[in-house]
Amino acid sequence: MNKTVNQKAWFFVLPVLLLVAFNAFIPLMTVVNYSVQETFGDNTFFWAGVIWFQDVLHSERFHAALGRQLTFTFTILAIEIPLGVAIALCMPRRGIWVPVCLVTMALPLLIPWNVVGAIWNIFALPDIGLLGRTLNGLGFDYNFTRQPGDAWFTLIAMDVWHWTSLVVLLAYAGLVSIPDAFYQAARIDGASSWAIFRYIQLPKMKRVLTIAVLLRFMDSFNIYTEPSVLTGGGPGNSTTLLSIDLVKVALGQFDLGPAAAMSLIYFLIILAMSWLFYTLMMRNEDQ
Amino acid sequence: MKRLTPLVPALYIVFMLLPIYWLLNMSFKTTNEILGDFTLWPREFTFENYITIFTDPTWYMGYVNSLIYVSLNTVISVTVALPAAYAFSRYRFLGDKHLFFWLLTNRMAPAAVFALPFFQLYSAVNLFDTHLAVALAHTLFNIPLAVWILEGFMSGVPKQLDETAYVDGYSFPRFFIRIFLPTIAAGIGVACFFCFMFSWVELLLAKTLTAVEAKPIAATMTRTASASGYELGLLAAAGTLTIVPGAFVIYFVRNYIAKGFALGRV
Amino acid sequence: MAKITLSDLRHSYAARPIRDDDWALKHLDVEWRDGGAYALLGPSGCGKTTLLNIISGLLRPSHGRVLFDDRDVTDLPPDQRHIAQVFQFPVIYDTMTVGQNLAFPLRNRGVDEATVKARVAEIGEMLELSGMLDKRAKNLTADGKQKISLGRGLVREDVNVIMFDEPLTVIDPHLKWQLRSKLKELHQRVRRTMIYVTHDQTEALTFADQVVVMNMGEVVQIGTPVDLFERPQHTFVGHFIGSPGMNVVPCGIAGGQATVAGHTIPVANPVAAGDVRGRIEMGVRPEFIAFDPGGLPVDIVKVSDAGRFRIVDTRLGDHSVKVLVDEGTEIPADGARIVLRTDNTRLYADGWMIGAGRDAGRGDAGQGDVA
Repeated sequence: MNKTVNQKAWFFVLPVLLLVAFNAFIPLMTVVNYSVQETFGDNTFFWAGVIWFQDVLHSERFHAALGRQLTFTFTILAIEIPLGVAIALCMPRRGIWVPVCLVTMALPLLIPWNVVGAIWNIFALPDIGLLGRTLNGLGFDYNFTRQPGDAWFTLIAMDVWHWTSLVVLLAYAGLVSIPDAFYQAARIDGASSWAIFRYIQLPKMKRVLTIAVLLRFMDSFNIYTEPSVLTGGGPGNSTTLLSIDLVKVALGQFDLGPAAAMSLIYFLIILAMSWLFYTLMMRNEDQ
Repeated sequence: MKRLTPLVPALYIVFMLLPIYWLLNMSFKTTNEILGDFTLWPREFTFENYITIFTDPTWYMGYVNSLIYVSLNTVISVTVALPAAYAFSRYRFLGDKHLFFWLLTNRMAPAAVFALPFFQLYSAVNLFDTHLAVALAHTLFNIPLAVWILEGFMSGVPKQLDETAYVDGYSFPRFFIRIFLPTIAAGIGVACFFCFMFSWVELLLAKTLTAVEAKPIAATMTRTASASGYELGLLAAAGTLTIVPGAFVIYFVRNYIAKGFALGRV
Repeated sequence: MAKITLSDLRHSYAARPIRDDDWALKHLDVEWRDGGAYALLGPSGCGKTTLLNIISGLLRPSHGRVLFDDRDVTDLPPDQRHIAQVFQFPVIYDTMTVGQNLAFPLRNRGVDEATVKARVAEIGEMLELSGMLDKRAKNLTADGKQKISLGRGLVREDVNVIMFDEPLTVIDPHLKWQLRSKLKELHQRVRRTMIYVTHDQTEALTFADQVVVMNMGEVVQIGTPVDLFERPQHTFVGHFIGSPGMNVVPCGIAGGQATVAGHTIPVANPVAAGDVRGRIEMGVRPEFIAFDPGGLPVDIVKVSDAGRFRIVDTRLGDHSVKVLVDEGTEIPADGARIVLRTDNTRLYADGWMIGAGRDAGRGDAGQGDVA
């Protein structure tokens, strides 16, 4: 659609701009402000320069949390994206089962995040939870509150449970938008199932999958509520992801300077990675 | 091979429903049974937990509060997003692309980063512990999403519609409300659904910005759980009830969910 | 290369067809000559796409057989029938170049690379795509994309029939004509059987040697464009082909001839009144009527200009009759009289031409049970 140039359009955008600026700009400035100052808790602040940034960037603790965060994000992406695509491919395209599938699958997306944590807590408890009890009954020594490996397993299972549906919905939306003629042409051309996937389905899903990866990347990097309810970052620090660490620093220890510096670095990492991924995915589009 | 394909979504749905089944199962049990036994079905079927929630105002007011700020947020987000999305879909103006991207970056900001500054900001403007505070705070991530979805739907409406209406003598506001909005009703529905969803599920900001008056159900649950020991049955019942509004909403928009994302533009 | 025979074919999308309307194809017995250029013409929903998909193997007919050169292919999937199809909306593989698109059907069949290269170059040249073989296919215009779809069919040497499902729908009007003549030219060159589905009579009549006219799930006539014009077997054909369509006037029968509003009109297919049942009509194209002082009296209602012709709306008794005259012809102001050319005036019973022998593609539609 060719759009007309109209600077008055800014008036339409103004309410959005004011609201988001109020919510984003002022708090962001507050954070920036904290990040360059030192305080001793009595509301007096001193200029601290980039000390906090240096501290955070060099701290073992931040590196460890970032490492855990990256491990978590890439693990769930590696599971949820292929799994979501596979499920979408296997779903019926029409018929009464379609709404049934869609509604059931969308259910976890509408459960408050702390309830998701609580559900999995109850579900995985080694003595009274269905999952924990079953695993132990099968001879596994499973206890997510004590063993880091089990905690990670539970955390990832929870996230897969919570968010794979989003990938399914997106991938499915991409799939149903492919006209039948494409499948018919491919059959006539003698294409194998793999070739159909590779040359028809995957290219048509590229746009929605880009959205899916971006959303899952951003949201998993920001994840706080679910793990804090499920494991509280433990046992030890084994599941302390960036957000949990950040809240511990900011609210637990009230170290505003380092917390603010950490927030900004954290935010910039997400921004940079999202931008990089988006640019890479869309690079071929305009050629 | 072909006959096995429906098994994949079927198995996934089973995996999906297992934890929810366990939650339901627990919510109908007595605390004794939960702690003492391991039963796949409540032996003593009890509504005790639900009765507690529906009779104790600290519980049920949590739901009311949540529903109030979620509705408020949905109305605000979609209302201000509508003209903005129209501008993005119809006009080119100075900085439009940067603005669109900047809006989207707000979805990337971790809520944890904003928790403390939000607390200070909303305290400073005397909105702390009000429904409006939470509703406004949630616009941070819901407005960009609403703009994004609505823009996708609006771009699908040919521009001739606008031009014809002007030729017929419609003023802009009358055209926008009488003709344009009904045309993209499905898009508005989808946008409302997603705003509702993300506002309903968020807890960190909602908890930070409230204390008593506007305390959301999710916060009631965490605080009650820690205050009165481990009342798992009550917690399970409360959790079950938080699923209900979502299930209703999904049912009504089931045909549009997938479409909403497909039409949106990155 | 093959002759295609459709034998006793019926199809229904319903699991248990009960009413007549449940059948998308009511009954077909058609034979398509090897190397012919056919058009399948009919309004939307007449079953032509269904028929096409049955020939290509995308659909299995509920009843009847499909034979290629007397070999039964009813149960064969599309890729084993050696057919090609060009769809209404261009189907191209977005991520591939034009050349890779053309090579795709060959590579899927494991053809060696040297042959693939040679074939792609040859077809690219034939379709005037040579210069853009290395370009991304998705960046081409709609007509370029349709050429690629066609090219994927032409590239295989074993193709029995190439089918076109309204292939010009998304092509710009000024390019439609070009692409149509290209198709005609290609048919002369490769001499493969081609079946062209369309609802546009101009497309059908210019492309095909034989036109198959369909309506409501059955074939109403198969014939050359001239046949369809001069000898419509069914009033539907008369209506659908020609502009304006054939005049169809309810009539009686007396002495073997038609009677309209008290006048006796001689016809090409006289019949005794007792030999026919059903709704009797007389059909004659506006082209075959002329003003003549010795003819039947009519009232002139309206005269409209259609370029080189003028269309005159007249009334014969209670019935509207259109007359087509050359631009220069004088139209009598009042007391106009018309003459119908006997050779082209026919009687129809329940829509079907009397005495035509309904063997041409039509059987006892809608009766009998189906296994």
